[in-house]
Amino acid sequence: MENVVNASNRVRLARFAGRPSSEDYINALFTDFVELHGDRLSKDDKSIIGGVGMFHNIPVTVIGQRKGHTPEESVDVNFGMTNPEGYRKALRLMKQAEKFNRPIITFVDTPGAYPGVEAEEHGQGEAIARNLAVMSDLKVPIISIIIGQGNSGGALGICVADEIWMLENSVFSILSPEGFASILWKDSSRRDEACDLMKLTADDLYRYKIIEGVIEEPEGGAHTDPEEMFRKVDEMILDRIHALMIMPVDTLVKKRYKKYRVM
Amino acid sequence: MDNKKINPLSVFRNIRQRKFVKEINLEEGFSAKNRIYYIVDKGSFVETNKKLKSANPLDFPDYEEKYKNTVKKTNMNEAVITGIASIEGMKCVIAVMDKRFFMASMGRIVGEKVTAAIELAERKNLPLIIYCASGGARMQEGIFSLMQMAKTSAAIERFSSKGGLYISVLTNPTTGGVTASFASLADITLAEPKALIGFAGPRVIEQTIGKKLPEGFQTAEYLKEHGFIDEIVPVKNQREVLGRLLKLHAKDFTPVKKAKHIAGFAGRSAKKALGVFG
Repeated sequence: MENVVNASNRVRLARFAGRPSSEDYINALFTDFVELHGDRLSKDDKSIIGGVGMFHNIPVTVIGQRKGHTPEESVDVNFGMTNPEGYRKALRLMKQAEKFNRPIITFVDTPGAYPGVEAEEHGQGEAIARNLAVMSDLKVPIISIIIGQGNSGGALGICVADEIWMLENSVFSILSPEGFASILWKDSSRRDEACDLMKLTADDLYRYKIIEGVIEEPEGGAHTDPEEMFRKVDEMILDRIHALMIMPVDTLVKKRYKKYRVM
Repeated sequence: MDNKKINPLSVFRNIRQRKFVKEINLEEGFSAKNRIYYIVDKGSFVETNKKLKSANPLDFPDYEEKYKNTVKKTNMNEAVITGIASIEGMKCVIAVMDKRFFMASMGRIVGEKVTAAIELAERKNLPLIIYCASGGARMQEGIFSLMQMAKTSAAIERFSSKGGLYISVLTNPTTGGVTASFASLADITLAEPKALIGFAGPRVIEQTIGKKLPEGFQTAEYLKEHGFIDEIVPVKNQREVLGRLLKLHAKDFTPVKKAKHIAGFAGRSAKKALGVFG
């Protein structure tokens, strides 16, 4: 089957600044949203937006990665590159969700966890690892939606979930195609080649059973008709959240474990 | 003597007999086999999942050939060896990664063997020791490589919630997805002197921030200072330290009656006892 839009173009679309962001989805899909800040240790990482909101009369915890639409916004949120403080904020909110027994919805959109001096000093690896471990055993449903870029452990740190859904033109991969090409061939300009080999498109990942489903985008991409995009995402969450909420907790957690166990 | 015919066990014995105490060369490192022979009780190691080999899940070009060559060169089937052994008489499950095999990158089989080892420890109610090393993800296995982080972390979480003891020993280098999963989730985290430990590699960080990194950045010593490592233990002390930790966490210990213990202690040297505790 030949892709009409090739992988390399999808990577471009996934990164497009005009694409609806986590904040846009939160504004469109949830009512009474209250943003909650900080990791209770040292900082509030702006690359992560998190809080509580109402989804069709169901209280939920929402966590998303922000990339910003304008250059100023992007700088402000560190281009969506999350620091350890961001993963720890997300963890705090997820544990809070478990305490109050509300489902968790996460929106993934990141070029990767931030590779910086402070990030390392503050335990980037430990922060991500902790999230993976805790999320695998949380006693509430978790649905993750990859809306743009889902790169590396930086994405995984908020998307160990019962169900992962990807927008048609989003990507999910071990790292950026440039990074991949640079590690494998010491040549980051072989990016397009990497895009094809990496199998990072929603269709590929659905075929490999890494994700539960693909959400179709309006023609030309999510940004051409955001309202339509929001409607489709809303529909998907509504359908899946009910299915997961009626599942006994034991079954839910066992199923989640098994899903990753066979990967 | 023909060097090629020396088996790792005999090399190890020779090393021990010569009272091998000098620091190992970090660049060369220990092979997983030598490490196991050096750490565990003689003859106690029983390997598990020895034959598991990676397939090529993404049909990545040239991967199979490169893999075959690595298997031949290293005489291993994957970058981690797992099994049951005893250390100073204490039984445990042990997994040892080997950087000579694709830089100990974590692909599907590394993740599988590590997860199986964790589950084995859980089933057998044994403590778990993992010697971590890794250059990061196995590029050729793409997204499957990423998913091993979730798989191994989930297994550790389960094991831990049932009271299992997990000790990780971070060796040079421990980076990327291994750092951001099971390497960082231990009850007790030990590291080897000067080992490079981090999530992002130093080159990537330098490129991102456009500056040279401070001296000693991402070394075991640096991480200990920042609170992420319990203790740095050189190779020559590891067996003893691991043995001691295993004893301290033994599940079948018999408590000594308090009064007698204190009396005995004080009787021998009351002053000394007070000195220690006061």
